[in-house]
Amino acid sequence: MEADPVGVLTGIHFLDGDQACCEGALAAGCRFAAGYPITPSTEVVERFAQRVPQVGGIFVQMEDELASSMALAGAVWAGAKAFTVTSGPGFSLMMEYVGYAAMTETPCVIVNVQRGGPSTGLPTLPAQADMMQARWGSHGDYQIIALSPNSPQECFDLTVDAFNFAEQYRVPVFVMMDECVGHMTEKVVIPSPSEIEIVPRRFTRLPHDKYLPFRAGVDGVPEMVRAGDGYGIHVTGLTHDERGYPSTSAETQRQLVDRLMNKIRQHTDEIVRYEENAVEDADVVVIAYGITARVAMHAVQMARERGVAAGLLRPIVVWPFPEKRIRELAARTRAFVVPEINYGQIVNEVERVVAGRAPVQLIPGAGGAVHHPEDILEAIISHASAEVAK
Amino acid sequence: MSLTVEAPVQANPVEAFVRTERIPHVWCPGCGIGTTVNCFSRALQQSKLDLEKVVVVSGIGCTGRVAGYVKLDSFHTTHGRAIPFATGMKLVNPELTVIVYSGDGDLTAIGGNHFIHAARRNLDLKVICVNNFIYGMTGGQVAPTTPVGAICTTTPYGSFDEPFNLPFLAESAGATYVARWTAFHVRQVTHAMTEMMRKKGFCFLEILSPCPTLYQRRNRLGDGLEAMKYYKDQSVVRHGANTKEIAISFQGPIVVGKFIDIERPVFLERMNKQLTRTLDAEYAGCVGENVCG
Repeated sequence: MEADPVGVLTGIHFLDGDQACCEGALAAGCRFAAGYPITPSTEVVERFAQRVPQVGGIFVQMEDELASSMALAGAVWAGAKAFTVTSGPGFSLMMEYVGYAAMTETPCVIVNVQRGGPSTGLPTLPAQADMMQARWGSHGDYQIIALSPNSPQECFDLTVDAFNFAEQYRVPVFVMMDECVGHMTEKVVIPSPSEIEIVPRRFTRLPHDKYLPFRAGVDGVPEMVRAGDGYGIHVTGLTHDERGYPSTSAETQRQLVDRLMNKIRQHTDEIVRYEENAVEDADVVVIAYGITARVAMHAVQMARERGVAAGLLRPIVVWPFPEKRIRELAARTRAFVVPEINYGQIVNEVERVVAGRAPVQLIPGAGGAVHHPEDILEAIISHASAEVAK
Repeated sequence: MSLTVEAPVQANPVEAFVRTERIPHVWCPGCGIGTTVNCFSRALQQSKLDLEKVVVVSGIGCTGRVAGYVKLDSFHTTHGRAIPFATGMKLVNPELTVIVYSGDGDLTAIGGNHFIHAARRNLDLKVICVNNFIYGMTGGQVAPTTPVGAICTTTPYGSFDEPFNLPFLAESAGATYVARWTAFHVRQVTHAMTEMMRKKGFCFLEILSPCPTLYQRRNRLGDGLEAMKYYKDQSVVRHGANTKEIAISFQGPIVVGKFIDIERPVFLERMNKQLTRTLDAEYAGCVGENVCG
């Protein structure tokens, strides 16, 4: 389905990543945002608060992130597309809601403009240290989707995609930005509404007596209704059967959690997305995402200038992880270099997938700054063949 | 051969409002929550509301289970977050009558921040708080409403810190309707619920309710019936009472009645007014097809 023209600011703009993210949400049909101020993400909702009254929708500034995130669920079950925006400390508070959204299959988007941590950390400076929290932050077993934009353009594009994924699979979807991408200003091209593909909410056409709110279709995803549609649904964070009624049976739990896991696992190939540069003949593959991928690309170019066959794999969808492709590369790659602005998160996934078939080197960053390309280059060269390294 | 007389089968008038397939419910014998659900069913009947447009949102706890038994669109949320959920729902579809039905611990301890802010904003929510003075679902811990001196599992030598006076809290934060009754006062509870359903604005009803298994038993106060006798004997009806003066002490007198019933513009009215004033024709509105399309 095409985007509603009302929300689409078609044209060429000069926007920072936060603003572009807001435009992506509006283009995707999001008409409800709840948020709590937190650097460096606040500009997203500031723009939303300014724009949405002219588009038709609501921004509400809630009393904290617990409330902001839970307000999404109410808005979504009332029929809106909804998102919230935060950074590290607020992201931690939202983890309670993330589990609820996963359990109740509430489609929604959570944007995290990552900053240095732990705790209050470095509010105004970048990090990529919430990548594992995005995947594992709430209790229990569940699956989510997370995207990592590396430019304001992608902040727009991937926010649209995030809403589409949310509707397609009925999971919370994360847009994992970082302070650099959020505050970087670049050209952003917003296409015409007819060029923006929108996944509408999957409302049921079944009559009341045939509809079960948590009976999934063949793809593992149930159809939705809205409060007020007359279906008299019950939705709970408790383990529930297809009727949505609570159950304490281990078998119901198994069936439900199996489905929550499988509806993503079985569609991994359709969800996974990555970009490759010079990987085909690479001896050393750098795996980097977000702002770090831009620094890494520079390092790869410098390596190529020195005759080292380096390449870059940039996961655009980080969760689910592009493990099939990395497994393929592991069979013929001399080494993997993983720079990220944390002390080792995505590198653990790379190590798991590579499984000892090649060395995997982390280049950590504590937060507060991006990497120096030279540090990545040095690691690339150290893993290149002996002759080249000379 | 004995003579048997079969009484004519009469449908319970509240059955139409209850998910009967989920009965028996989880509440203990003598608990007052079921009584409040009976009152709620009758209030729904009296309100003449289109039931397809009535939503119940609960948090976690014994009263949090109400959402699972009412035959309406009903949402059982996380602990303390019924009000934020209800906020999102009401703002997106103002046609809905959104009722928050939860317990004292859920609404005023873990959810206390949301409670005061929703009242401050005058969100058009009807908050029904069943106050049993204790955390029931988790086994009888002290609550922000536990009267001083009461024995709980986490105050084995008697509770000593000051409880909330909930009507005073609600009024201070900006509620436009505040009432307190007990599970003994079924007609008054039903009437208050009906009034709330018809009123616009943040409405708050506190219903004192027995917890025979945990509160009554641990404090040697007898069973649910004994609690009803206490409510009957010690309740004093004082409509319009100053909420500051109606705190509850251990087995002390209970001031009941309707304390506050005022008008104040609700959140959406204020928002629409402000945005219309500043944006004029550019204001695209906030609700309906825009949001729900």
